[in-house]
Amino acid sequence: MAIASVASDAATEVFTPASEEEAIAAFGDGTDVVVVGGGTIVVPDLTYRRLEPKKAVLLGRSGMSGIERDGSRVTIGATTPVQALVDLPSPLGPCAANVADIEIRSQGTVGGNLCAAESPEAPRGDLQGAFLALGATARSAAGGEVTEEPLEDFLPKRGERLLLSVSFEEPAAGAYAGLDRPHTHDYTALSVSGARAADGTVRLAATGAGSHGQRLPSAEAGDADAALNDVSPHDDALASAWYRSKVLPVLVRRVLDELKESA
Amino acid sequence: MNLTVNGVSHEVGSSELTPLLDVLRLEVGVTGPKAGCHQGGCGACTVLIDGEPRRSCLLPAGYAEGTAITTVEGIGSPEDLAPIQQAFVHYYAAQCGFCTSGMMLAAQAYLDRGGSGDPEAIQHALGGHVCRCTGYSKIIDAVAAAARGDSFDLTTTAVGKHTTMSNGGAA
Repeated sequence: MAIASVASDAATEVFTPASEEEAIAAFGDGTDVVVVGGGTIVVPDLTYRRLEPKKAVLLGRSGMSGIERDGSRVTIGATTPVQALVDLPSPLGPCAANVADIEIRSQGTVGGNLCAAESPEAPRGDLQGAFLALGATARSAAGGEVTEEPLEDFLPKRGERLLLSVSFEEPAAGAYAGLDRPHTHDYTALSVSGARAADGTVRLAATGAGSHGQRLPSAEAGDADAALNDVSPHDDALASAWYRSKVLPVLVRRVLDELKESA
Repeated sequence: MNLTVNGVSHEVGSSELTPLLDVLRLEVGVTGPKAGCHQGGCGACTVLIDGEPRRSCLLPAGYAEGTAITTVEGIGSPEDLAPIQQAFVHYYAAQCGFCTSGMMLAAQAYLDRGGSGDPEAIQHALGGHVCRCTGYSKIIDAVAAAARGDSFDLTTTAVGKHTTMSNGGAA
């Protein structure tokens, strides 16, 4: 039957893996595959035909959801809803709470958020900064091979691999500061996350200051203005590069202050 | 695929990837969920999936298989309005009405979670919904009243009177 105005998904083969192993097999080498976590980012792209993939892998029933703790190590499955993070300590909790609204957060997944493709309209991947500040490790698959690597290394190739889970050591302290959104549906225009590890190492990272989340190593010693050495903010529909450049050091200062207070 | 909408089972031919909104409106024929922006930005298409509010335009229909899907048609009837529907009538919380079904379903889920009449908590629960008539105050008043458990005599409202008059006028 004909359905007007709907993405012509007849040409798309749909896979609904029931386990992580099946998901890895369905993803294959990732050629012409679109991975659907909750669907909040990808489904509109399909509806408006910005994406017309040969294969779609729906992860909703793959069982790759959940937050596990092993001592101080926290592992979060790729299909864990963003909403499941909001009560976690800073920077993850407040960063997750700043994502869209409760309906989107409950449907959108951590993996989908981290792997969101670049958009000319807005930075996507609200959670990238928080996980980078936590020094997270990404476990991912392609061509049937599973590897673990720092999230920093994974992010540039997030379109070519299937993210399975992210893990990190619980920090001694965390902090988050972000721009309030003019509307709940917008992506995070700019935010800064910080974490101090048990050994005293401070990591800072930003979401919205580049094409994906980036570390801010120049500011980690305490000079907030130096964060601008690490990123090249750009213009998009949410904010101008000029505005982002003015606000970034402010957010960095707030995060550094919050980390100091919790020392 | 088999979908259960307002307690009725429907065999549908759409792909699991089709947004639930399109399956509901175009294949099942349930039009309470509205197609506003079709990209998750407005909340007019919100339905309840096992009691949880979800944007049906963002949800692949396959994810709704095996769940209880509730649209605005399923929470009450014209003869027996749900408390949230009564509150919307009493407070004139619908203007053009396009956002109303999504608003009411998000509110219903909020009430089912034991939500209070606190306006800030209500704003948070309805944060994903836009009313382009900008009738937010009345919507929040209505949800707060329903949360308090207020009861309403709808015969004293314009909508109640209109219903009576149009019935009388037809005779």
